[in-house]
Amino acid sequence: MEVLEKIKEIIAEQTGKDIAEITPETSVMEDLEADSLDLFQIINDIEDEFDVKIENTDEIKTVADVVKIVEENQQ
Amino acid sequence: MIFSKIKCTGSYVPGKIVTNDMLSQYVDTSDEWIRSRSGIEKRHFSEGENTSDIAAKAALDILENGNVNPLDIELIIVATVSPDYTTPSTACLVQSKIGAVNAVAFDLSAACSGFIFGISTADKFIKTGVYKNALVIGAEVLSKHLDFKDRSTCVLFGDGAGGVFLERAENGGILAEEIGSDGNRGMSLICAEKKASHIFNIEPVEEDNFLHMDGRAIFDFATRQTPKCILRLIEKSGICVEQLKYVIPHQANARIVEIISRKTKIPLQKFYMNIAEYSNTSAATIPIALNEMMKKELLHKGDYILMAGFGGGLTWGGLLIKI
Repeated sequence: MEVLEKIKEIIAEQTGKDIAEITPETSVMEDLEADSLDLFQIINDIEDEFDVKIENTDEIKTVADVVKIVEENQQ
Repeated sequence: MIFSKIKCTGSYVPGKIVTNDMLSQYVDTSDEWIRSRSGIEKRHFSEGENTSDIAAKAALDILENGNVNPLDIELIIVATVSPDYTTPSTACLVQSKIGAVNAVAFDLSAACSGFIFGISTADKFIKTGVYKNALVIGAEVLSKHLDFKDRSTCVLFGDGAGGVFLERAENGGILAEEIGSDGNRGMSLICAEKKASHIFNIEPVEEDNFLHMDGRAIFDFATRQTPKCILRLIEKSGICVEQLKYVIPHQANARIVEIISRKTKIPLQKFYMNIAEYSNTSAATIPIALNEMMKKELLHKGDYILMAGFGGGLTWGGLLIKI
């Protein structure tokens, strides 16, 4: 759960949205109106935070997708 | 001790102004899409002039602004990734066009960091006493390399040229510099691949004259590498952020500049931006901006400015200068 909370925090900061609005089901680009550059920056911040390398961004739609990729990369 | 100092600046941009709306008539895009993702509102495209033509016009503007005699120029460096020919170099063509018969001239390829690499190179010739002065120009006609079927790149680039005349000085000038390369990531931004081919090839090869960019890779590089470079330059120079009058970043994307500002904690107001008017003109963005600032009288003797570029190679570079 710690991963999810930190990711929500990073996404809220980059998109300027209220963290309470963000759930695992939230679509980063549609619900939060993030564009590709927001997504790039979110991924960079996540890479720095969790010390992981995220190569394929095409699979990322929802917040849960981001959590899954981070957890897979951490293993 | 010998230093090199900017005596005068100049620029030239071709006359065909292409707005986002004009592009959206040919490409599936919109003014809102381009503007919100890049800060670009328009770009200037060549009306038939090639890179050496616009570089020579920028050179004449530089010489006029500083009352420099072309016969006195000892070195000409043109930074470009869109030369007229593989040979002669764009710099040699400029030499001929402006009548700088006593100069030695060569091109330098470092994409969007090219102008910084050019100044750094010229500075070494001046500091070592080999030459007393140098004309350093960044010039690009990128429109000839744009794939107008690729909406992710063709909306971002434009044509233009700018430069400076450097001369030896007793003090001041370049206080700190850094140039760097990461060839391992080179394939994330490529332009005009020249494939090996000859008449004994079984399969003829197809030429690809276009520019291709992996947007995420370049975003990643620019937003991670440039802030570090800027902070190292400030530290090396011994001045503090408050003393810095302006940062002139390579104008690739306004959103990238916002992130650089956030990461360096240098207020965004200190970053000079003109990407809305010219888009990304690669090696020419920084000298065009510098000349514009001179014309607007934003810079005065004794001001500290920092220029920072990043781009193809991949390369990055920065200079902290006392005007």
